[in-house]
Amino acid sequence: MELTRMTAAELSAALARSEVSATEVTQAHLDRIAAVDDRVHAFLHVAADSALAQAADVDKRRTAGEQLAPLAGVPVAVKDVFATKNMPTTCGSRILAGWHPPYDATITQRLKQAGAIIIGKTNMDEFAMGSSTENSAFGPSRNPWDLAKIPGGSSGGSAAAVAAYQAPLAIGTDTGGSIRQPAAVCGIVGTKPTYGGSSRYGVVAFASSLDTPGPFGRTVLDTALLHEAISGHDPMDSTSIDAPVPPVVAAAREADVSGMRIGVVSELSGDGYQPGVLSRFAEAVELLESLGAKVTEVSCPHFGYALPAYYLIAPSEASSNLARFDAMRYGLRAGDDGTRDAEEVMALTREQGFGAEVKRRIILGTYALSSGYYDAYYGKAQQVRTLIIRDFDAAFGQVDVLVSPATPTTAFGLGERTDDPMAMYLADLCTIPSDLAGNAAISVPCGLAPEDGLPVGLQVMAPALADDRLYRVAAAAEAAFTGRWGQPLLASAKGLDS
Amino acid sequence: MTISDTLVPFAEAVQRYEPVIGLETHVELGTRTKMFCGCTTTFGGEPNSQVCPVCLGLPGSLPVVNRMAIEYAIRIGLALNCSIASWCRFARKNYFYPDMPKNFQISQYDEPLCTDGGLDIIIDGETVRVGIERVHLEEDTGKSLHVGGATGRIHGADYSLVDYNRAGIPLVEIVTKPITGTGAAAPVVARTYVTELRDLLRSLHVSDVRMEEGSLRCDVNTSLSPRGSGVWGTRTETKNVNSLRSVERAVSFEIERQAAVLDAGGRIKQETRHFQEDTGTTTPGRSKEEAQDYRYFPEPDLVPVAPSREWVEQIRAELPEVPSVVRARLLVEWDVSELEMNAILNAHALELVRETIAAGASPADARKWWLGELERRANQAGVEPAGLAITPVQVARLAELVSSGALNDRLARDVIDGVLAGQGGPDEVVAARGLAVVQDDGALTVAVEAAIAASPDVAAKIRDGKVAAAGVLVGAVMKATRGQADAARVRELILARLS
Repeated sequence: MELTRMTAAELSAALARSEVSATEVTQAHLDRIAAVDDRVHAFLHVAADSALAQAADVDKRRTAGEQLAPLAGVPVAVKDVFATKNMPTTCGSRILAGWHPPYDATITQRLKQAGAIIIGKTNMDEFAMGSSTENSAFGPSRNPWDLAKIPGGSSGGSAAAVAAYQAPLAIGTDTGGSIRQPAAVCGIVGTKPTYGGSSRYGVVAFASSLDTPGPFGRTVLDTALLHEAISGHDPMDSTSIDAPVPPVVAAAREADVSGMRIGVVSELSGDGYQPGVLSRFAEAVELLESLGAKVTEVSCPHFGYALPAYYLIAPSEASSNLARFDAMRYGLRAGDDGTRDAEEVMALTREQGFGAEVKRRIILGTYALSSGYYDAYYGKAQQVRTLIIRDFDAAFGQVDVLVSPATPTTAFGLGERTDDPMAMYLADLCTIPSDLAGNAAISVPCGLAPEDGLPVGLQVMAPALADDRLYRVAAAAEAAFTGRWGQPLLASAKGLDS
Repeated sequence: MTISDTLVPFAEAVQRYEPVIGLETHVELGTRTKMFCGCTTTFGGEPNSQVCPVCLGLPGSLPVVNRMAIEYAIRIGLALNCSIASWCRFARKNYFYPDMPKNFQISQYDEPLCTDGGLDIIIDGETVRVGIERVHLEEDTGKSLHVGGATGRIHGADYSLVDYNRAGIPLVEIVTKPITGTGAAAPVVARTYVTELRDLLRSLHVSDVRMEEGSLRCDVNTSLSPRGSGVWGTRTETKNVNSLRSVERAVSFEIERQAAVLDAGGRIKQETRHFQEDTGTTTPGRSKEEAQDYRYFPEPDLVPVAPSREWVEQIRAELPEVPSVVRARLLVEWDVSELEMNAILNAHALELVRETIAAGASPADARKWWLGELERRANQAGVEPAGLAITPVQVARLAELVSSGALNDRLARDVIDGVLAGQGGPDEVVAARGLAVVQDDGALTVAVEAAIAASPDVAAKIRDGKVAAAGVLVGAVMKATRGQADAARVRELILARLS
């Protein structure tokens, strides 16, 4: 079988049995990247040399009889928001062009320790602000289903890389839906773990109270394997939870929903949702019911306020987090020609270094935190956040998990929403509540919308630290759907065939 | 001083106006590591050698609270009779400045760790309680050095250098409530408060409180209220006040300056002013008329600080006595006068004297050495007595050797030379240098005979009963024995020989 078509679990098994070497697996993926990435543009940096060196090291250790972790020798693409030593880390921004962090993010470190091969850094909306990768300073990525469509965002490069078989696994971050939305529109699996379940140390911050690193895979089990590898308490991140990692891999293997109580969120449907998305979602709910789950409708009355609250909280934190990019210590420095003072150089650098969406959010956030406006905006948004958490608490008192479409629509066309920020923001309508509440959610493919033939994602949401429930439900749905379709959904993606 | 700074003589100013003062004191805590990372806090390292991704604010890095800094702040709060919050948060103070790695400072805003306390000070024998508004924790910024230009400030400088070793060092800010009703004593009250606070912090072992190294920094707020008006005036905030004396001078100067402005019908501008050490004046700095908006909000990278009652009570139980109580007690125990006690305090030798007494010396001996010979050595070396390379235990041993007659004072000074030169403890120096008093009467008798033989006329005078003349012969014997004789014994031998 072609190495790039194998799942991470299959590669892991083949590597463990020494049927294939890490070097061969890595080279196959590098070749695939070389073959298709000029069209997909999933990568901002392909780390060919260091990936092959890492692979050689894994092979050497395996030959020496060392006991290796499951992901040893399996390539992983990493969103360019994670600090990687001796590799560029741009966050999709001109302001960080040329910066090589002197340290590794905790997740980068854990991947390296597990022997996973860091094959490259993936494209993203600048500082993770966007839903299409069109806000990347280095040009957008494209959807492997249809190259004229967006791959979602902000972790669009990671999703596209996995969907285009350039890597079996990828890491992204989810702040308002930046893992689940691209996973949904690319027809793959993506998880936002419980906030604090995966370390933020070394993840360049967008909105600190929301940012959550998480895994992408082509299958639920692959996603669970990566989820487990990157999770767990990190003393370098104060918001990291000191609790055992939920048994996500075991849950993905069990794939059993019989007796589970599943709530359909009534507020996440209706006007503004694409009909084909709603029909595929309804089929998925029926499928879960047929597998033995007890389905009820659940109301979360404050979810309608989630989007506006998010667009006050996230920009507020961003306005402060992004203040450090001032040309003084690293990254771009503009106008330092001896005629300008430090303040002017700072201002000019930020003017030239940041894109329009980043500036828009810095201004929004600065305004929302200003004296005299704080209570009406930031303060009020935090109150809404509390109400949303209470909605979830009440719902999880009745059901084990909640479900909804992952996105209101399938992938839209490149350039279609770039002039309309509000339309772009709506792409995260279904995913934002879980970010505000800090609980866990996953998107798993549930079919193609009849009207455009593009993938639809089923979102499953679980209480904090119950991430295993996501995998139990998603794996059951995946198994049943794959049986029905006769092949994985992604096998129908034809965007790169021409 | 500029032309506009006409002054009203102090006595006159406080007759017409009632000063209101307030002090904001920043104290660098003496924790081993920084507030939010593991970098060392040692003073004086090579610029930018004590930094990491966290205190440099590199993208992606995150802060983690230093538990010891919280403990120190609670210790300070308790010693200042404050309430300790059971739950509080850090906040971000947002503003741009090149020595701020993140362009925000992690500080505390509306939820300080310690609130509502007080510190008693003695003014003219009367106890005055200075109210404490709050004690909160924050991180220090880096240190800028502006090169070129006239003012030494960033504007007009040719270039600036930034040292981030200081960035992230834990700071505690102690803010007083407005201090009113002190009248002409306001400058002394300010100075006494800072002095008492410094002594308190030193006794708590939370900081080395060295104003000259910047580990204790003071901002002095001053305003004037026309007597009887009941209306407070606009305040100025004077920075760069780097010594206790400067605290007093800064308040005096601001009273004199503001009185002149008000007398002339002018208006006090709300501004930051800088104290000028050389002239004793203050000069205008940044205007605070347009208040800067720091856009404070709770620091999302940190979890709330929630010290348990048990922990707070444990810290309270381990608090040392406050300096004022200690002084009152020691006054009696050591049988010293207020004047003598003040001399010990002014020499920064209280702890040293205490430890020397604890090591077995008499209070009189401990005082004698630390305030005499050792203070002189410290002054010569330009260090605090505590900075001398001699320990209280060694000083106690020295005193014992002298009182037992094994050394005399002159030899003891030689021993101090040896100890300070790193040649070991007193006993080792005595042994190495052969500095014991000559106790052997046989050896002394020879020297006495020689002295008498060399000065027959003096010997004759003594035989005639002019005992005072013996001093000349004693001196000769001491010289011959290179000071190693016991002078009293020499005198006895001479008088016995010539009686």
